[in-house]
Amino acid sequence: MSDEKLIALGLDPSAPVLECEDLCVSYIVRAGAIPAVADFNLTVGRNEAVGLVGESGCGKSTVALAIMQYLGANGRIVCGACRFFGRDLTTMSPTELRMLRGSLISMVYQEPMASLNPSMRIGRQLMEVPIYHDGAGREEAYNRALSMLRDVRLPDPKRVMDAYPHQISGGQQQRVGIAMALLSGPKLLLLDEPTTALDVTVEAGIIELISEIASKFGTSLIYISHNLGLILNTCDKIAVMYSGEAVEVGAVGDVFDHMRHPYTRGLFASIPLPSADKTTRPLIPIRGQPPQPQKRPTGCNFGPRCDHFSVECDAGPVPMEHVDGPEGHHVRCVRWGEIDWGAATSQPADTAPHEVGDVVLRVDHMTKRYELTDGSVAALLGGGAARSIKANEDISFDAREAETVAIVGESGCGKSTLAKVLLGLETATEGSVWLGELDIANTPVRARRPQQIGDLQIVFQNPFETLNPSHSVGAQIARVIRKFEAERNPDQVKARVMKLLDTVKLSPDFYHRKPRQLSGGQKQRVGIARAFAGEPKVVVADEPVSALDVSVQAAVAGLLMDIQRENRTTLLFISHDLSVVRYLADKVVVMYLGQIMEQGAVADVFAPPYHPYTEALLSAVPIADTSVAKRRIVLEGEPPSAIDPPPGCPFQTRCHRRIEGVCDTAPPPLKDLGGGHTLLCHLDRETLDAMAPVVALAESTTIE
Amino acid sequence: MFVLIGKRLISMAVIMAVVSFALFAIFEGDKLEVAGKVLGPYSSAEQRELWLTQNGYDAPFLARYVDWVGGALTGDFGDSIQYKAPVADLLWPRLANTGILAALTFALMIPIALTLGVIAGMKEGSAQDRSVTVFSVLTTSIPEFAMATFLTVIFVYTLGWLPGTSSFTEGFRWAEVVLPVAVLVIYDMGYVARMTRASMAEVMQSQYIRTAVLKGVPRRDVILKHALRNALIAPFTVIVLQLNWLLSGVIVVEVFFAYKGFGKLLYDAALFGDLYVLEACTIIAVVVAVGSQIISDIGYTLLNPRIRFR
Amino acid sequence: MADHAANTPTLSLADHLRGKRAALFLALIYLALMAIYGLAGAVLAAAVGVIVLVILGGLVLLSIRESTIAVIGFLLVFFWLFLASAAPLLGLNDPNAIAPEAVRLLNDINTANLLADAAEESGVAFPGTPDQLALLETATWFDFGFGEGQSYWLGSDIKGRDMLSRIIWGSQRVLLWATLATLVAYIVGMTFGVMAGYLGGWWDEAISFVANIMLAFPVMVLYIVIINALGASGVNVIIAVTFASAPGIMRIVRGLVLDLRSRDYIAAAQTRGESAVYIMAVELLPNARGPLIVDGCLRLGYTIIAIATLGFLGLGLPPPDPDWGSMLNEARPRAPIFPHMILLPAIALSSLILGFNLLADGLREISLRD
Repeated sequence: MSDEKLIALGLDPSAPVLECEDLCVSYIVRAGAIPAVADFNLTVGRNEAVGLVGESGCGKSTVALAIMQYLGANGRIVCGACRFFGRDLTTMSPTELRMLRGSLISMVYQEPMASLNPSMRIGRQLMEVPIYHDGAGREEAYNRALSMLRDVRLPDPKRVMDAYPHQISGGQQQRVGIAMALLSGPKLLLLDEPTTALDVTVEAGIIELISEIASKFGTSLIYISHNLGLILNTCDKIAVMYSGEAVEVGAVGDVFDHMRHPYTRGLFASIPLPSADKTTRPLIPIRGQPPQPQKRPTGCNFGPRCDHFSVECDAGPVPMEHVDGPEGHHVRCVRWGEIDWGAATSQPADTAPHEVGDVVLRVDHMTKRYELTDGSVAALLGGGAARSIKANEDISFDAREAETVAIVGESGCGKSTLAKVLLGLETATEGSVWLGELDIANTPVRARRPQQIGDLQIVFQNPFETLNPSHSVGAQIARVIRKFEAERNPDQVKARVMKLLDTVKLSPDFYHRKPRQLSGGQKQRVGIARAFAGEPKVVVADEPVSALDVSVQAAVAGLLMDIQRENRTTLLFISHDLSVVRYLADKVVVMYLGQIMEQGAVADVFAPPYHPYTEALLSAVPIADTSVAKRRIVLEGEPPSAIDPPPGCPFQTRCHRRIEGVCDTAPPPLKDLGGGHTLLCHLDRETLDAMAPVVALAESTTIE
Repeated sequence: MFVLIGKRLISMAVIMAVVSFALFAIFEGDKLEVAGKVLGPYSSAEQRELWLTQNGYDAPFLARYVDWVGGALTGDFGDSIQYKAPVADLLWPRLANTGILAALTFALMIPIALTLGVIAGMKEGSAQDRSVTVFSVLTTSIPEFAMATFLTVIFVYTLGWLPGTSSFTEGFRWAEVVLPVAVLVIYDMGYVARMTRASMAEVMQSQYIRTAVLKGVPRRDVILKHALRNALIAPFTVIVLQLNWLLSGVIVVEVFFAYKGFGKLLYDAALFGDLYVLEACTIIAVVVAVGSQIISDIGYTLLNPRIRFR
Repeated sequence: MADHAANTPTLSLADHLRGKRAALFLALIYLALMAIYGLAGAVLAAAVGVIVLVILGGLVLLSIRESTIAVIGFLLVFFWLFLASAAPLLGLNDPNAIAPEAVRLLNDINTANLLADAAEESGVAFPGTPDQLALLETATWFDFGFGEGQSYWLGSDIKGRDMLSRIIWGSQRVLLWATLATLVAYIVGMTFGVMAGYLGGWWDEAISFVANIMLAFPVMVLYIVIINALGASGVNVIIAVTFASAPGIMRIVRGLVLDLRSRDYIAAAQTRGESAVYIMAVELLPNARGPLIVDGCLRLGYTIIAIATLGFLGLGLPPPDPDWGSMLNEARPRAPIFPHMILLPAIALSSLILGFNLLADGLREISLRD
């Protein structure tokens, strides 16, 4: 029906929805032009979903903004064309563009909160779309916005229409963003990492919604993501980008199962698929890091990091070539025909699985409450019956020498509070934390002896904040050594720093570098060196790889494991990423709303019987493997607030296995399934035993 | 909302209590000095003692403070030493004159500054942006009395268009208001324009403006409906707090042009050692400044839904 | 490009000098020399100081050459800084020496003008002598060169003192006291700001409350109250400026620290048991320096305005030594006849403040670019 709209705008309904031809985008800065995207070709047909995948800085978002013709003051399309139903967008007038944007092409953004106007009610923001594009009256616009909010399954759409963006949760904001993009029945929807800022169970809901609406509204999709698993779930076609170029394009199945570019293969080898194992099939990181845009090689951009590099690769620009076999599979590699794609990418690690030792850290019924100070006059006058937030409730687990214990949960589950109590930045309200023979639950870090502090260290999540930008790398590590080892001799200290730098595989000249000269992965290595400087017994790793690109993640995670093995350190690995946890943990603790829902050995937790929350988490994690079949469990709503927890089981508001009248009244009992595997759940033993695995590997698990 | 206003009023009361106590301690802590100031440097010690006893200065300090606060609250600030008249009688007409000055300044400065700021911030780095920026740096770099000097030399001495003093000796004349207002407007405008520009430029870079553009909202509506409201939240606070700066500027300008306002009264009192007038003027100035802070807080809350609806 | 230093193994002397540490070192030498000159009156120290200043200025210019605005601002500031430092070397007239010829000439011109005004008002012919008439016709704003062998390049002031000398010596006085006052205000404001921001809780409440009380005064009222209570002197001006500026600085530092304290490297320092003082001084403050340098330039401008305004109101630095504000104040009664006496200090003052404001703007621009 809306083909008339196309014709009215001078577009050709029989042409492909989008056709990018030799598209080049540069950013003009004072130093000259920095090429962000070069020689980009892509065709999107009707109802087709295309995934754009790549690491940060590869130019995938620039492609989206180039399609929208919104490149900022210094972005330029320097060559090529971008045709939408046959008409080149780069030659359109601002008025024509305005008529297309938000109407025939629309976009969903990465940060839902920042993308909505904070001082305008959501209803008005939504109504603008039909008002500007279809000349709708206020009432019609209101009704259309309301029904669209129902279509994206927002609870209580009337209330949402009246709300300001900050009054609804992140997941709801993103649903509003999707509703806004769909309001005018677009032919092309661009999704720029729409779920990156969201929790994994919320992400699963959004992903389901996206796949659903694409078919319902007859919209073509371009889905931009760094997550191969999400692309597999949502797209028909995929373009893998590296350093400003598409290096491999093809149908999702072809690219996933018959990849023909070393970078694509490197990516798959470095993500923890269910088939990976830290001893038998370890992850292989891609060495080095992507070139800076101004310093790209003359030939293949991936050349410096490629195992199959030869002189011919650097001879000149590499063209896209068609791969023998299925239609539409193209690759940018001169040697794709010569490489043995069947060869195993992974060698078993030389070290045998290491034995764990005695218990080093024991958390015993630890509870942490925060008093909520109410600042209102009424509370001040009333004497203030302060409420409290239970950030951690009755936490018990232990960790052995050389063991990796993963603490898993979504944001707000209390895993960071747990880390703070362990480190002494907070003290426990009840219970105890035994580090060796000593209870440290109530000893703040200032009261601990240097030896105790050095025994328990942390690796932080955000590489850009972990190092003090004012001091050199060497000085920051040296400070730790002086602090914990009371070593004063400058030469000795420097020698120790150099040894640590060597341990984390950084060259000695990093000693004098400032953090701003380091890449994310290098900063994280320095962070690891700093944590291990005092030869700790226990290291808390707070999402140490989640902010890094996939190819770097594997290297940093591998490094962490190596150092742990060597020093027999206990690792508390805090993470929301179940794939990484499955790959490197020995033991898993699953937390929800401050409580431990399930804990046990990694094999027990990742296999049935599950706690329903673990089951949903496992189902929500996108897996980039075509041979994996998953049971889909999509949770409703979002985690409740810790200030106002639901009665009974904390998970009952979202649980798909809720027992009416039981779960919402009584707190769940602790069930011991043997072998250290415990659950906090009302479900009876039969139901638990009858559970089917969430993730099933097909017979052949080999990736050709 | 009412809770917020209530809280602000309480904090204002606390601040006023502390300020008034401090001022009273500074000005009247040493009662012999007070007597010296009232009776002049050539009075004898006995005269001073007598005066102190007659005027209730034998009471303890705290009692005197309470008495003074009570008087101030009912508008009784004592008698001026210089003019031998009740301070209140001097104060109110002077305040009215200054009120005219301030009102005219705000009425001219705000629309000009906001327009300049919005125009500059709309397109960062453009010619209009650069000229507004340079202009505002220039005007904020010239202190009030220097600007008054330049304007006087041009319009009074050279061109002879305007009078050089604004003492209203022949009653109120518009010509006498032009220069004082011009000086205040020019000096304060630059700052507000720069704040508005920065705020507008930041908003124009924001992701929600990108959303608005990419959903096909025309540029005019992007600016008027999406950008303006968000961009004006920060300058609003600045404008109200500008009242505090204006009070400082008013003193200088009134002294320069011999304008019979509140600032000149305060200044003359300080030079003459007219203690009670100085006390009264200072308290009034603080009340105005703190009051403007409260208005700014409340206005900010009203403008910003992120704070209004928690 | 950030690690070009690491790629070039041998550094030339120029590279060494360009380093931030070298510039800081030179600045310290300059300050030390100026202190020697100020305390002992050693002209040699001033001479060496001027040389160091020129080198330092060149280095700064090199490092800010990317921003035209910053370069213009710095040149203006440098111009006055140079004159202020070199004042004893320039062979100027004594700024406080009164030339009787100048006073006589000023009086003559004044009388002639008064006579002319009176004549014009009553509509009669000019009643004065031909000499006076001639004076009226030849004397202009700037009365260059008079007397024998002695000339005031920019004319004389109201008391027959050399305007040029007073402007230049005045720049020294203004810069000296403004820098001292700003420095003291910064030390106080920064200390309390970092404490309020990092320690939080009652510290924050108490410090913020005191700051709010001081911010409740309009700045000029605060100045007048303090100077009125303490008397007009250099030290009291510093106290007044500290009271007026420190709360603002404290708020800025507190805001910066509140932002910085949630960074992981602060948590890292806490988890290795560093003391609060170490964290505040070593981990927090160095990272707040960027915005503080920009704010420092702006505030130096404000302080100069404040000191000049106090001088203008007759509440500032005591006479007879020159400062721009009081020069303007003294000349005001005769300004209609000798406008240069108020114009020159006003221009000098505005150009110096403009310099600081442009420099701050340019520095902000540079810091945003990185």
